[in-house]
Amino acid sequence: MTVLPLDPVQALERMMLIRAYEETLIDLHGRGRAAGTCTSVGQEAPAVGVVSALTADDLILTNHRSAGHLLARGADPGRMLAEVMGKRDGYCGGKSGSLHISAKEFGVVLTSTIVGGELALATGVGLSRRMLDKSGIVACFFGDGAATEGRFQESLNLAAVWKLPILYVCENNQWQAFVHRKETMLADGIVGQAAALGVETAVVDGNDPLAVFDAASAAIDAIRRTGKPFLLEAMTYRLRGHFEPDDQGYVDKAELARWRDRDPILGLRARLEREGRLTAEAEAAMEARVRAAMEAATAFADASPYPGVEVLTTDVYA
Amino acid sequence: MTTMTVNDAISAALAEEMRLDPTVMIFGEGVATKRHDLLEEFGAARVRNTPLAEGIIAGTAAGAAATGLRPVVDLLFAPFLCYAMDEIVNSAGKLRYISGGQFSFPMVVLAMTGAGWGVGAQHNHNVESWFVHSPGLKIVMPSTPADFKGLMKSAIRDDNPVLVFADIALGYSTGEVPEEADAIPLGKAAVRREGRDVTLVSYAKTVGTCMAAAETLAAAGIDAEVIDLRSLKPLDETAILRSVARTGRLVVVHEASRLCGVGAEVAALVAEKAFASLRAPVLRLTGPDAPAPASFPLEQAFVPQADAVVEAVRSLMDERAIA
Repeated sequence: MTVLPLDPVQALERMMLIRAYEETLIDLHGRGRAAGTCTSVGQEAPAVGVVSALTADDLILTNHRSAGHLLARGADPGRMLAEVMGKRDGYCGGKSGSLHISAKEFGVVLTSTIVGGELALATGVGLSRRMLDKSGIVACFFGDGAATEGRFQESLNLAAVWKLPILYVCENNQWQAFVHRKETMLADGIVGQAAALGVETAVVDGNDPLAVFDAASAAIDAIRRTGKPFLLEAMTYRLRGHFEPDDQGYVDKAELARWRDRDPILGLRARLEREGRLTAEAEAAMEARVRAAMEAATAFADASPYPGVEVLTTDVYA
Repeated sequence: MTTMTVNDAISAALAEEMRLDPTVMIFGEGVATKRHDLLEEFGAARVRNTPLAEGIIAGTAAGAAATGLRPVVDLLFAPFLCYAMDEIVNSAGKLRYISGGQFSFPMVVLAMTGAGWGVGAQHNHNVESWFVHSPGLKIVMPSTPADFKGLMKSAIRDDNPVLVFADIALGYSTGEVPEEADAIPLGKAAVRREGRDVTLVSYAKTVGTCMAAAETLAAAGIDAEVIDLRSLKPLDETAILRSVARTGRLVVVHEASRLCGVGAEVAALVAEKAFASLRAPVLRLTGPDAPAPASFPLEQAFVPQADAVVEAVRSLMDERAIA
């Protein structure tokens, strides 16, 4: 159950893969070959930072902006693309599409695209960890929008009362679909609500994967030690629109520019270059690997057949 | 045989299944307080009180069901399920399909509904057809203590989410329950009374109404068959069609309102698959398109009564045969 320290170079490559995956999808959509999606562009750091701090026994619940969480966990971008394209080899056989991909083999369970849906399910997954004496904890990813749902309070309250081993990860990306966070809540973050319910909290720079990793590791240690839930709020930014395509005409240009300057991938790359830990050759090799991975993924998804209509009504009932 | 109430039959089924399977547990608002016997026998980990927040109760059940437990949740009154619709319909009902079959949701949702206690429209609303219309869910609504016990056992063992609606008026009604009651399969109707002239299809408390009507009709020489659906999904289409093929007349009786109710489904089924057997139009006797009132006479007027069933059947017997 030991988690190795996060290798910043590997973290960078993983973030680059996530970004490349999303850009591939945007491109495929632009060419009419995939449905529109909710991308995680700009939010790669919480995904890589938190997921890298988990063990194989831990379970993940995520939401409609899930590609980062899945890829950080090691999911195959080819099977993910196939799912988004509605193909048979997708993780869910094409029945999910982009919005609710689960991959049980990686412990990514019960993805709900209903905002806040994952919060309502996480307590049950935490309860089963307890009742079945499982060692793993539950990481539940949601956004600031989900925190305005009543289920946020209900979930944290029950997890606190029942002492459930849940790491709540709020990716506060400042946007709730087409509405800025500042229009819907007075506080700048949500940790105050969690603290009021008796849940321990921390706030972290959500564009710094190394800081996220450290904060998540400390939070997970606390959960394993106390058995109680913990809320980690990662302050980040959704660099693209709610749903592709989206011209972001409603986004304040200056704010977007500020956050683009804080792009998590550019930030880590610059830091590693500055510290002499990333050579131009290594960078080029990394880029080539990511490109090759996405080319292979696209080819795999392209080659995968559509499901036969005979599966239209399979898997409705167990 | 033991005589017991519906409420005791539900508790007996819970206790038996909890003894058989350590992953079965029950939680909900007041569960540990009211079901003290279960708390005593199985302990506070498996019998839990919860906040009264129905959404998180149902969501917790769905999450737990998908990851190794068999939870039963008591959401008290059926209209409270409105607060849990996302968890029951969007999560428990759909995430198996959405995930390509990666998860199953072996969970039971218990709720009371129906006229009898004058609790008014926010505690009494027969919402069962909403869930029949939602894929991935199974719905049972029994009428006897033996069926409550047997169907509750099947519901707990089933690998799908099952909603068990208990008619409030039946809670303290008594009946014979076999000592070694086995599980009664979901999706099987019971013929409560055999008859040749007309088929009365019903479920929950109006099964008793139909039985009373059948007695009155028998005195007038009309032989009514009474079918208790017990399960609304899966629906026992065979039992309905077999009966109508013989009687040629059908009256569907339920307390839920008429529009898009279970009666509409039964009527359509018979129109599609047994039209040639029909000797008279299909009739439905249901509650009105109105919230359930609290006042006793109004509440009783909401529910189809035996004399109305008798009248409906007489009108059908007077109909000239269609064929």
